[in-house]
Amino acid sequence: MFGKNEVLETVEMVEKEHLNIRTVTMGISLLSCIRGTAEETADAVYGCIMRRAEALVPTVNALSREYGIPIVNKRVSVTPVSLVTAPFPEKSPLVGRALDRAARELGIDFLGGYSALVHKGTADYEKIFLTTIPEVLAETERLCSSVNVGSSRSGINMDAIRLMGEIVKETAERTADRDGLGCCKLVVFCNAVEDNPFMAGAFHGIGEADTVVNVGVSGPGVVQHALSFAPEADLTAAAEIIKRTAFKITRAGQLIAKEAAKRLGARFGIVDLSLAPTPARGDSVARILEELGLSAVGCHGTTAALAMLNDAVKKGGVMASSSVGGLSGAFIPVSEDIGMIESAEAGNISIEKLEAMTCVCSVGLDMIAIPGDTPASTISAMIADEAAIGMINNKTTAVRVIPAPGKKVGDEVRFGGLLGRAPVLPVHGGDASRFIGRGGLIPAPIHSFKN
Amino acid sequence: MRAVVTVTGTDRRGIIAKVSELLYERKANIEDISQTIMGGQFAMMMIVQCAEEDADFTALAAALDELGRSIGMSVRVQHADIFDAMHNV
Repeated sequence: MFGKNEVLETVEMVEKEHLNIRTVTMGISLLSCIRGTAEETADAVYGCIMRRAEALVPTVNALSREYGIPIVNKRVSVTPVSLVTAPFPEKSPLVGRALDRAARELGIDFLGGYSALVHKGTADYEKIFLTTIPEVLAETERLCSSVNVGSSRSGINMDAIRLMGEIVKETAERTADRDGLGCCKLVVFCNAVEDNPFMAGAFHGIGEADTVVNVGVSGPGVVQHALSFAPEADLTAAAEIIKRTAFKITRAGQLIAKEAAKRLGARFGIVDLSLAPTPARGDSVARILEELGLSAVGCHGTTAALAMLNDAVKKGGVMASSSVGGLSGAFIPVSEDIGMIESAEAGNISIEKLEAMTCVCSVGLDMIAIPGDTPASTISAMIADEAAIGMINNKTTAVRVIPAPGKKVGDEVRFGGLLGRAPVLPVHGGDASRFIGRGGLIPAPIHSFKN
Repeated sequence: MRAVVTVTGTDRRGIIAKVSELLYERKANIEDISQTIMGGQFAMMMIVQCAEEDADFTALAAALDELGRSIGMSVRVQHADIFDAMHNV
């Protein structure tokens, strides 16, 4: 049983501190949709999504009403499409468009899985698939794409990274009229996870069951509010406050996940223990770090504060859920976090500092606008650096940068909604093209040999 | 289902009367009620048994929300399980 104060605490979390479930994501396997031709496959994929995800949006909306907890996004993740279109890779856009159409018709916010897993090598069909990404992201609205280019077990596929630098650039150019919006829907991973409910990187791994429900929790505002009552607490005590808060947030996510899976006739997959910010005031991860005593996120001390936050969130959340997975950690997307936006505008945060921060949290260089004339090889080099951090530290890392066409340092890009806005940050002017041009595979690290 | 109705806002006369009347009209049964006033702020919690059907529950929630607006307070109804989940190990 619960008391009056506990009830009021929950109500306050929702009304004043932006407690919400960030996403209920239904993972759907498309392997059974492969047919003899691309056209038939696209039809089967469309039919599969329309059938299995038909009840997703109304069911989740009903849960949100009943439990009084906002559920921000209803999403779907699918088997990496490169596998589904392997016999006819040049026609992959047909499947991409079919997925986008199904998402729009069902009112699904984002659908992830226009993806390829090339962490050890790029098959011929995957190479063709990758080159379709810019076109598909420019033509579709809700479809998201991800590419895994490295892993701790296999090393880093530098040939794929070289190609991805060019694909990121082309994606931006094809959506130049929208500040390069296509790049907001494209993420390059190292150590991608198969049960991630968050976009743009969600896909449904081939080791997963047919239909699965994964839930991503949120609530940076709740954590910041809890910490604001203990301005003098030492960091041990602060970590305890974060743990307790993360526990409560995650329990709400676990309840919603179990109930959603039951009502949708799917398996309950995982709860992703993440602190995911939005551009709204009071919903910022950066502000938590500042609450801990930093004048502005990005100053010295930021990495340590973030490491503590990330670890405490996991410790609190792990006990609250029967099955934890996904990315699970604090997110630091620049354009989607008002504290990060303001820090970047004031010149308090650099890409180099953001890279350091990604060593201790999930996920990577996320939603960062860079000058439109940044060479593809420099973007590849950024991806390589992040992949190296992920590979050596056995964690997921990612790059989602937007080389905003026609924009230079100090300009601003605006994507609207949850994607927010961001000032264009400077990138290092040095040239990595000869390094990137070498290609090949960076061998797997020594600590990958565990058998 | 077992649900929790919460009413928060500036204290004024007749709050409990109005909320109870609405619950009675909607066939929800009040099982427990407690209230407190902190610095002029009124906070009330009721545990009620109400309809399982989604349409009925949605209608009840909408009616309570509208009542809240008309008296300038926040009135919410939520499934009780959410509080059990968040506050009990």
